[in-house]
Amino acid sequence: MREAAARERDGLRFPSGGAAPLWPRSRPIGWRREPGLAPRPVTQSGSKMAEAGAGSLHGGDAAAAPGPAEEQELSRRLRRLYPAVNQDETPLPRSWSPKDKYNYIGLSQGNLRVHYKGHGKNHKDAASVRATHPIPAACGIYYFEVKIVSKGRDGYMGIGLSAQGVNMNRLPGWDKHSYGYHGDDGHSFCSSGTGQPYGPTFTTGDVIGCCVNLINNTCFYTKNGHSLGIAFTDLPSNLYPTVGLQTPGEIVDANFGQQPFVFDIEDYMREWRAKIQSTIKRFPIGDRLGEWQAMLQNMVSSYLVHHGYCSTATAFARVTDTTIQEEQTSIKNRQRIQKLVLAGRVGEAIEATQQLYPGLLEHNPNLLFMLKCRQFVEMVNGTDSEVRCFSARSPRSQDSYPGSPSLSPRHGSNNSHVHSTGADSPTCSNGVMSTKSKQSHSKYPTLSSSSSSSSSSSPSSVNYSESNSTDSTKSQQHSSTSNQETSDSEMEMEAEHYPNGVLENSSTRIMNGTYKHEEILQTDESSMEDSCSQRQLCGGNHAATERMIQFGRELQMLSEQLCREYGKNTVHKKMLQDAFSLLAYSDPWNCPVGQQLDPIQREPVCAALNSAILESQNLPKQPPLMLALGQRAERASCPYLNESYLFLLWGFPSRQVTLLLDSLPMPLREKVQKRNPLENSKFATAFICAGISSQQSNFKATAVSHQTSVFHLFWKIVFILQSVKILLPHLHSEKG
Amino acid sequence: MLKHGVNSLCRCCPAVTYCTFEYDPVVWLLSCLEVTASSRHYVDRLFDLDPQKVLQGVMLLYLLQQETSSTELRTECAVVLGSLAMGTENNVKSLLDCHIIPALLQGLLSPDLKFIEACLRCLRTIFISPVTPEDLLYTDATVISHLMALLSRSRYTQEYICQIFSHCCKLQHWHSCGFKSLPQPLLCANGPDHQTILFNHGAVQNIAHLLVSTSYKVRMQALKCFSVLAFENPQVSMTLVNVSVDGELLPQIFVKMLQRDKPIEMQLTSAKCLTSMCRAGAIRTDDSCIVLKTLPCLVRMCSKERLLEERVEGAETLAYLIETDVELQRIASITDHLIVMLADYFKYPSSVSAITDIKRLDHDLKHAHELRQAAFKLYASLGANDEDIRKKIIETENMMDRIVNGLSESSIKVRLAAVRCLHSLSRSVQQLRTSFQDHAVWKPLMKVLQNAPNEMLVVASSTLCNLLLEFSPSKEPILESGAIELLCSLTQSENLALRVNGIWALMNMAFQAEQKIKSDILRGLSTEQLFQLLSDSDVNVLMKTLGLLRNLLSTRPHIDHIMSTHGKQIMQAVTLILEGEHNIEVKEQTLCILANIADGTTAKELIMTNDDILQKIKYYMSHSNAKLQLAAMFCISNLIWNEEEGSQERQDKLRDMGIVDILHKLSQSSDPNLCDKAKTALQQYLA
Repeated sequence: MREAAARERDGLRFPSGGAAPLWPRSRPIGWRREPGLAPRPVTQSGSKMAEAGAGSLHGGDAAAAPGPAEEQELSRRLRRLYPAVNQDETPLPRSWSPKDKYNYIGLSQGNLRVHYKGHGKNHKDAASVRATHPIPAACGIYYFEVKIVSKGRDGYMGIGLSAQGVNMNRLPGWDKHSYGYHGDDGHSFCSSGTGQPYGPTFTTGDVIGCCVNLINNTCFYTKNGHSLGIAFTDLPSNLYPTVGLQTPGEIVDANFGQQPFVFDIEDYMREWRAKIQSTIKRFPIGDRLGEWQAMLQNMVSSYLVHHGYCSTATAFARVTDTTIQEEQTSIKNRQRIQKLVLAGRVGEAIEATQQLYPGLLEHNPNLLFMLKCRQFVEMVNGTDSEVRCFSARSPRSQDSYPGSPSLSPRHGSNNSHVHSTGADSPTCSNGVMSTKSKQSHSKYPTLSSSSSSSSSSSPSSVNYSESNSTDSTKSQQHSSTSNQETSDSEMEMEAEHYPNGVLENSSTRIMNGTYKHEEILQTDESSMEDSCSQRQLCGGNHAATERMIQFGRELQMLSEQLCREYGKNTVHKKMLQDAFSLLAYSDPWNCPVGQQLDPIQREPVCAALNSAILESQNLPKQPPLMLALGQRAERASCPYLNESYLFLLWGFPSRQVTLLLDSLPMPLREKVQKRNPLENSKFATAFICAGISSQQSNFKATAVSHQTSVFHLFWKIVFILQSVKILLPHLHSEKG
Repeated sequence: MLKHGVNSLCRCCPAVTYCTFEYDPVVWLLSCLEVTASSRHYVDRLFDLDPQKVLQGVMLLYLLQQETSSTELRTECAVVLGSLAMGTENNVKSLLDCHIIPALLQGLLSPDLKFIEACLRCLRTIFISPVTPEDLLYTDATVISHLMALLSRSRYTQEYICQIFSHCCKLQHWHSCGFKSLPQPLLCANGPDHQTILFNHGAVQNIAHLLVSTSYKVRMQALKCFSVLAFENPQVSMTLVNVSVDGELLPQIFVKMLQRDKPIEMQLTSAKCLTSMCRAGAIRTDDSCIVLKTLPCLVRMCSKERLLEERVEGAETLAYLIETDVELQRIASITDHLIVMLADYFKYPSSVSAITDIKRLDHDLKHAHELRQAAFKLYASLGANDEDIRKKIIETENMMDRIVNGLSESSIKVRLAAVRCLHSLSRSVQQLRTSFQDHAVWKPLMKVLQNAPNEMLVVASSTLCNLLLEFSPSKEPILESGAIELLCSLTQSENLALRVNGIWALMNMAFQAEQKIKSDILRGLSTEQLFQLLSDSDVNVLMKTLGLLRNLLSTRPHIDHIMSTHGKQIMQAVTLILEGEHNIEVKEQTLCILANIADGTTAKELIMTNDDILQKIKYYMSHSNAKLQLAAMFCISNLIWNEEEGSQERQDKLRDMGIVDILHKLSQSSDPNLCDKAKTALQQYLA
């Protein structure tokens, strides 16, 4: 009761609901620097309470929210710990969230103290609370501490991290995207109900710290100021500090920087800063000038090639006078397959893969299963060609292809002679291809110019992710432009497939093909729009539904077969279950599992397939650029870029980063921003900085005193961006 | 030219020569010589092949010592000699044979700084060579004070002198890893002396301010100097704590050097300084600079990211730091998964390195022994006191196998460390019964004990003591493999620790043993040796020998049997000890032996017929120490126990001696034990 009153007072102070308002950044410096002794009058009892620690929970009610002096101290400390964080954009956690918690959790003392108020009979009574904000990526290294005020009945306390949306009726660590260290047994829980032996147990009076290293995506804990060693690796981004309690009487206090930490986190940060600086300083650079440039170019090129931006890659290679490792056809094949997946035509994608990369899917049963599951989902969606062909209004492209053998062989595995050509005489096809590629080369300028003009006419088409999902529910005007874009690239694709030696007078055919395609696609689009307005299972067609059911059975059988051959696979089971669940709802698009139908869900499938293909060709399954992005940071493979990235996160004024980002090529930027806007935009800049400053000395200077040389660097970047801009039209003309 | 020559530490790059004294042909020649000497090839072969070139060295020395020759020339000579000293060990040996050190020391008296620097550099190079005896620095008492005075001259003199000091007060190899538990005679006679000499010349005050020098090299060498000076030296350590530089105490400066962004070498060396200070008692073990700074730093040094050398040094220093403090052991055991981390020390050379990289394999091989022994030492320290930690250690992958393998390794250092580790783990009752038995550790242990050097025997026999405890399943097989003979021979050792361990193990062996073992022990030891041990100057030996006697004299048939054969001598010995000047524990133990004898059937008579002993028992019944009183009471109550044959006569005799009166008195005693015992004894009279 009394505790509720305290919270109300919080509410009054911070009408926004718990989150403390940020201090204005433009506060006069003199005020901030005043020695911390003077302004403490209001809250002395509060700080004492926190120090007294073990005192009873309700005794401390007189101490309400932290007063201005504490708040000021906190802000000062946070700024010192995390100088690169722009707190206006990405606020740091300052207290527990009164909203993002389970009922059994009670908060007090400015939402810093957590106590358990359920009955705590068993694990079903577990309760957690998250901090008000996720850990900003720009922290580099983040740290918070929790003091165990009382271990309560059994001391089932968990301290850790979790992503937004993770069930709060659980202790941290038990679920996916949730990580925790538990006091009763000292085990660490990494998204699993069973823990691993990790460290000592902890109990009343102990101070447990949790450090997230966003540079290598690891986490370690501390107990009473002693590091316990790495607990988790490969952490995802955007995690929230989290604590969970399970039995009555458990009380813990958080310290997000309100007080000095027991563990010397600043020393740890110093070590990492030194590490990064020395890596930058010692980074070996050959005598040849421009090697940096080459590295950057290589990275950009590999990124473009990886995602199949074929014409852009070619243009880039031409401009920069470099070569592309992978063969053109190979890139285009992948591009085609990717497009099919992204368009929801998974069945065709599977066929194309089987045809172009025989054996690939056979060796990757998991991938095949994933694709088939997706295909099923797409059938429900009505986008997969297998069901689409039943659509009365628009016989889908696939059906029309076998009827016109002059067209690209890509859509039919039933097109047997193409198959044999590809497999039997690769040299021959190669020979043809070389001439062909020249041909397509010459066509580029016209193509790209036309597309760029179209894109300039409608700015929305520039938006990369939208054009991505042609088949999804989009506004009318938009689909028309994206349609046009598609036709461009489709044509390009056609050109690419002549090398199979089927055709001779290519130019007319191209025209034909293009024309036809546009027609088909046009109708497709209109049919799509229809299905948008009244979305029905398999586009509402009965035959299609039957086909889908049949496919579902096949899928079930495949699953069982895999199960027999490789043993149980929970991931498969879940996938299958989710996919089949769609049928249980009259409106699959608006059901709890309806998210699967979202075109965005095609992306992971697409990426997995692309990586598998690349791997089978002995090419890196991820472009260095993406590696460096730290999404699955394997620092070893590209240490330097990651480091410089981090360095920039720490030292680069974010305002300038944002400015620079705006001038980045759009597709790159979109891709990069998708996960975490700030993190990746900074990376993009870092990446450019790294590659651009071709003289090591300049970069070194940045490392040592970045404040002074940022200006210098800035101009360099601007200069390079101009050259990057040359590529913009190409990038805009392609979709990925 | 000169400056370049002096500063250049890199022997590979020839000094750039430009001749300032074009008209002096000697200088010109020397310059040429320097260029050639700087090339490694020349330096290495200089003395090896060509006697002519030895002559050159002698010539250089001669020129160096010529007061008449110009300073420039003499400086050149010193520079060239320095370059020569950087060659092979043979070069240094040859130079030493030419008495280069006195010549260079003489040169230090010159007023010219450049010349002094050149001489110091050359001296430094010679002293850091392993072939140079450290004592050469201490032959002349004035040298040290002169070096101290030179410390203020320039940053080069500072660097070189600190480096000379830190290499000239090296302790012997055993001690660089710092295990104080080693027996006395192993202590290097020179080590402490060197430290003291330097200390008495004001080394601490003179070098302290160099810790805040602007030159990293100077800071580093000063730090190294302190780490050597303070090692196992309470005097230096206690002084260091209170020295302050620029208003900062030295421990604070050391802690700053521990910061994680400092070079590893600096972190490690300052952690060594703080460790020495802590072990010497100058810094408390619960001080935050130890608990929160030094210890975590040393744990970090053990991590996989560090170089192999650093990992060895880190582990050894950490082992030394936590050796005697259970709280530090507990903290270390939870820090950064140290116990698991150490398991990695055994994985060199790794299978990968063997295949892929010959150079790496060579490097790994070189450090493999060092790594293993360092890990064993650290495990030994970690598990010294806490049962939970021991359990954790033994649960580490293949731990027991590794120890067993370690026991039979060729390197004595590894064997020794493995035995240490085993000893530490053998303190666990549970492990003795389980993993020790499963892995039959007694086998390799017995093997190690054969013909081992003393320091190995000390640890191995301590381990054996634990393995011979009565609840240890290894006891039987160890006995069968001839342990008695071995242990008996240990009791005759000159080495005190070995004597203690030998007799201790025998004592454990005799505890509740069967008749045969007891007679074997007595036979193996021989009565003479037993008495020799009873008159040992060391209390520990005496105590354990008495303990052995007491264990031998338990259960009635054994008592009677032994007393029938050795009764006379034992009674003699007991009398002797009771009469001698011994502490309470010794006398208590002796009275307990008497009580055991009094428990025998026939043995009783040996006491009853010995009035001298009876008087002594009587005396101790009224002794001021309750323990002794109690022990004497045991004797009495055993003698007067009713149910036994002839108890009446014994009771009568003792009553006549006035024992009953004392018993009455004691029954009023405030000590409940004593009181109870006296009452029970009195009851025997009433019955």
